Amino acid sequence: MSEDTATRAAPRTNGTSFLASAPGRNTGLVVALVLLCLVGVVTAGDRFADLDNVLTILRLASVIGVVSVGMTFVITGGGIDLSVGAIVALASVWATTLATQSMATNTHWLIMVFTALAVGAGCGVINGALIAYGRIVAFIATLAMLAAARGLAEIISNRRTQIVNVQGFTAFFDASVLGVPVLVVVFALVAASGWVLLNRTTFGRRTFAVGGNPEAARLAGIDVRRHTVMLYTLLGVCCGIAAVMLVARTTTGSSTHGLLYELDAIAAVVIGGTLLSGGRGTIAGTVFGVLIFTTLSNVFTLNNLSISAQAVAKGAIIVVAVLLQQRLARRSTA
Amino acid sequence: MSRKAITGLVAAMAVALTACTGNTAQPPAGSGQGGAKVANDEPGEKVVIGFSAPAADHGWMAAITNAAKAEAGKYSDVELRVVEGTNDVNLQISQVETFINDKVDAIVLLPFDGAALTPVALKAMKAGIPVINVDREFDSPFAARSTVLGDNYGMGVSAGTYICEKLKGKTGAVVAEIAGIDSLPLTQDRSKGFADALSECGLKVNNRVAAEFTVESGEKAAANLLQAAPKLDAVWNHDDDQGVGVSAAIKNAGRSEFFLVGGAGSANVMREIKADNGLHKATVVYPSTQGADGIRLARLAVQGKALGDLVEVEIPREIQLYAPVVTKDNVDRYLPAAFES
Repeated sequence: MSEDTATRAAPRTNGTSFLASAPGRNTGLVVALVLLCLVGVVTAGDRFADLDNVLTILRLASVIGVVSVGMTFVITGGGIDLSVGAIVALASVWATTLATQSMATNTHWLIMVFTALAVGAGCGVINGALIAYGRIVAFIATLAMLAAARGLAEIISNRRTQIVNVQGFTAFFDASVLGVPVLVVVFALVAASGWVLLNRTTFGRRTFAVGGNPEAARLAGIDVRRHTVMLYTLLGVCCGIAAVMLVARTTTGSSTHGLLYELDAIAAVVIGGTLLSGGRGTIAGTVFGVLIFTTLSNVFTLNNLSISAQAVAKGAIIVVAVLLQQRLARRSTA
Repeated sequence: MSRKAITGLVAAMAVALTACTGNTAQPPAGSGQGGAKVANDEPGEKVVIGFSAPAADHGWMAAITNAAKAEAGKYSDVELRVVEGTNDVNLQISQVETFINDKVDAIVLLPFDGAALTPVALKAMKAGIPVINVDREFDSPFAARSTVLGDNYGMGVSAGTYICEKLKGKTGAVVAEIAGIDSLPLTQDRSKGFADALSECGLKVNNRVAAEFTVESGEKAAANLLQAAPKLDAVWNHDDDQGVGVSAAIKNAGRSEFFLVGGAGSANVMREIKADNGLHKATVVYPSTQGADGIRLARLAVQGKALGDLVEVEIPREIQLYAPVVTKDNVDRYLPAAFES
């Protein structure tokens, strides 16, 4: 029995078609993105293929992109996190309270960044501990965090929008590096580090093992519970980073920030080719997934189409992507 | 005394401001009625206006976008680009960025969160695009060329004053209030205005419950209220969308000893007032045509025209709309501008 499960957890690159292999899947995503861009160019012309517009798409992608990179780790590790939007809200509120801001003015604006990261990490640790040591199903544990974190954000902020008055903070994130907005640079850094962490380190290999078959991973000597806590903490930190970016973009912290980010992040991860059941994940795919959704949103905006129509298109894309994924998965196990 | 003075001042301001904007509640030909000779409705240079508002998750908000579209359709020189409803500030910011990239002539913005959309509105203003801020205020005076606001405190004052008149001479009258989402500043403003106006005639809010602007929550809150208060004389419900649920609860309880005053001003409540066949005897308008006002102001700002009936040569910096009480006597005037919930 254990032998059988162990072989299933092993990498199954042998005998799979090109499309099912990692570069093949990414080719499919690139084709989808190129097609979407073609639609944009045809329908909106110069308004789409404009540097300012590309930067607008990238800025929109940055915040949700950082969350999605973290989500890729958790889903690859066989988990799910429904609380990311709520954690973003809580971190944004906590980082912008009067107390935090006055401390930041007296010392350095990095205090706000650290606060957001610490709040995110803290929520992640709680999520991970409840799931790994409390043996609560991830869906339920993070559902509880979804409710509690947003509630706490409302209590702290008194449901009011907190405005950032720390000059250094806004000035830093408003700037550009060689024409690229800082927000986009942050996203690129997070994505690159995520790729290295998942594909080139022991931590990444353990993540695949834990997600593919936790029992086999345990028998192989991996502390599955500790690793699970680390995965959720990593995602929590990503939520903290996203909160900092959102605070910079809006110059506010609010309990209404990050509404439904959990759905956007999971959707981007899934169409990127990460298996919801765990054991297989791709950071590049996730980045393409995020870009596909934000480009879609941009094309719809440029063409004066409603958010409702956009939601329908988004739903269709998710279904098509998952159907494709299932066929590929079936073929690769056959 | 000071409270009286404030109430008086608010009323005076409101009257003064209605004088400026009264035309907008009526068909477009209205501008001809004023004393000044203006030709604002004559087609001028072409104006491209970008419009963005939060998700249409209740009737009033849906009406905002619909009224704006309808208003733009009346002008041959206006091209309206509508990006519809989102409650995600990150997305709404990118929508406004798209307008800036497109170099639209003006932007009409009802932000999901005024403070959160301030940076991007500043960016638009810096790019030379006038921004007309609607309903939810930015936190910087430089972020908008002009601001159109409703009057939440005034809504409460109007409702309270109407109830005072109706209950005049009745000792020991019991007044109840069904508020909207309690933690929102707009709800707090409405309740404060209501309490202030009632205290002018020696009444107070005897029972108060809060709902969440939805039909379901209105039903629940009203059912609780009716349980708690066996006899009522007047009830003010902040919002006509939740009022559908409130009416259902009253019907279920078989109560009819009191009268009901609505809020926001939906068409179905106004039809009930007109037919005089229900408990609704009045409703207080919170104009759902603010977005449409924004479209008109944006057009005038770009074309360099002034607001008709004002002496000034530019459109005003801020316009606060009046919150009139609609009763059977004047319902015909307001029904055409009411929103369907």
